Amino acid sequence: MSLLELREVEVEYRRAGRIPVRAVAGASLSVEAGQVVGLVGETGCGKSTLARAAVGLLAPTAGSVWFEGRQVRPLGRRARSRDDARLQMVFQNPFSSLNPRRRVGDQIADAMAILGLAPADQRRDRVSNLLEQVGLPRSAAQRFPHQYSGGQRQRIAIARALAAEPSVIVLDEPLSSLDASAQAQVANLLKSLARELQVGLLLISHDLAIVRHIADVVAVMYLGLVVETAPTRRLWEAPMHPYTEALIQAIPRADGSGWLPEALPGEVPDPARPPAGCRFHPRCPYAFDRCLTDPPPLIEIVELRRVACWLHEPGAGERAPSQFARPTGGAASAGGDQIDRV
Amino acid sequence: MSPLLSVNGLEVRLPTTSGQVTVVEGIDYEVERGQVFGIAGESGSGKTISVLALLGLLPGGAEVGGSARFDGKELLTLGRRSLREIRGNEIAMVFQDPMTSLHPMMTIERQLTEHVRYHLGFDAKRARARAVELLHEVRIPDPTGALGAYPHQFSGGMRQRIAIAIALACGPRLLIADEPTTALDVTVQAGILRLLDRLRRQSGLAVIMITHDLGVMSSIADWLSVMYAGKIVESGPTAGVLAQPRHPYTAGLLAALPHPEAAEDTPLISISGAPPSPQARPAGCAFHPRCRYAIESCATEVPDLLRVGDSRRLACPVDPLLVPA
Repeated sequence: MSLLELREVEVEYRRAGRIPVRAVAGASLSVEAGQVVGLVGETGCGKSTLARAAVGLLAPTAGSVWFEGRQVRPLGRRARSRDDARLQMVFQNPFSSLNPRRRVGDQIADAMAILGLAPADQRRDRVSNLLEQVGLPRSAAQRFPHQYSGGQRQRIAIARALAAEPSVIVLDEPLSSLDASAQAQVANLLKSLARELQVGLLLISHDLAIVRHIADVVAVMYLGLVVETAPTRRLWEAPMHPYTEALIQAIPRADGSGWLPEALPGEVPDPARPPAGCRFHPRCPYAFDRCLTDPPPLIEIVELRRVACWLHEPGAGERAPSQFARPTGGAASAGGDQIDRV
Repeated sequence: MSPLLSVNGLEVRLPTTSGQVTVVEGIDYEVERGQVFGIAGESGSGKTISVLALLGLLPGGAEVGGSARFDGKELLTLGRRSLREIRGNEIAMVFQDPMTSLHPMMTIERQLTEHVRYHLGFDAKRARARAVELLHEVRIPDPTGALGAYPHQFSGGMRQRIAIAIALACGPRLLIADEPTTALDVTVQAGILRLLDRLRRQSGLAVIMITHDLGVMSSIADWLSVMYAGKIVESGPTAGVLAQPRHPYTAGLLAALPHPEAAEDTPLISISGAPPSPQARPAGCAFHPRCRYAIESCATEVPDLLRVGDSRRLACPVDPLLVPA
């Protein structure tokens, strides 16, 4: 069994008088020790909801989350047990996730005091070690968060998560509020922490390019469903789901070639009223009859690669969507600046 | 023909609790008709402030020096009334976040017709027809239906298209776009970039594009200026600057980007340290404390932005192209 395992997790948001929104409509994922799993997708695809369900901040409507062999219970009024605290989370914005009025060292030491991980006289040393581990000077402990830049604050937030001696950290867009050079520093830090401390990381991001540098395995989410999972390099070199292909083609390349990235026609549909059949079919240039009616299951097509798409059959090999014919009269071809479909 | 916009020695000082702080320290550039002119840099480099100064949109107490001639008119000494005639009419602006730049409680029609009624004196009927035309231009489905809707009824990408339509309402000659795609997903960003590219090709619209994203610059900007700590440190045709960066800062920014063709498990090369705040910019070349090529004189002498080769300009005494890595 994996360290962190999400099995067919579904999360539904209900509001009186409205159609329930199934933000996550059945997602399975696993994270091993020392492994970095990237979860990518557009705004509104449910990836942050899934992250919250993974750490117990939200209760799944169906399915289950397992951590170190025990089922994760949604967070209630009671404090987390020492074992449950080995599953930690780092949030997107280090300007709001750190307490502005408490010293950095005190915030990091909280976890040790609450979980009884270090006696009071050893906490200061432990804080110093953690700060050094994330590339900050020991003196940072005496200072306040506002004295640091965004990248440094994100390091502090990571040090705080590490204080609980986690085996898995879920990170929700930890890099997206940072400048390019700080982004690179924190990305490198995450990767080396996973390698050196054997911590499993579930990294949520909308930025496929940065995920490619850190993640060992990538899961792509679309409208509440995981549509493709694969080892990072293979996903990037040969995306098998048309949505993954579109995501990669939309990334601008800073090579000075003047190449305009391809636009994916349309927008992510309203999750309260998902399209029938394959949820991606209204935007998919390869969609054919079956896609309009039957939702494709996420199945292993080749070893270590799972895809939810009717183009592929198990054992048929790693064919890119572009190797299949685009039906005429189907969805608009990608790339244009044509009228978006709604 | 003289350039559409010519900026010379632009300086901006902003009031802070510790007195006036120089945020933009004398920058020069020219923007031609139909050109996409890129200004890149990290937070705090002064890139946004430098364009807000052109439009008289700085907070009270700000001091502006230098010159900015737009089509023969000096923008920096224009009175409030004359600036109002230019803003939204000849020069328009699009901001980063369409959630906050659009008014949440006004219909799209009201926001789209305001400019043409004020600047061009259109009556309600003509303004409405123009609004439909604009929404069609930016590829909003069902333009007539969209007029009665409110911003929250649209997705982020659609909202940014509407913000661009509003900016285009009076047929401006210069569009200033401040991080117009930063808040959007890549798939939606690509659509906005294609829209801007089509507009400038169709109508000769000049665009000042501000973004920290060099990938975006690569796909759309003809010319690229890189700002660091209030100064332009390198500029030139985008293809040349990105293919052969000559300032250590530009080279560092590029190296920090995840590269699609890079081998697996190669760590990103980051620039050590963080950009200085405007209150605490180092003496000499502001980049020298973070620069791996810095020589002794960098700590004391401020390098001028000098012409190097064809149409490139560089503010660095050590050209990294000439130094073995």
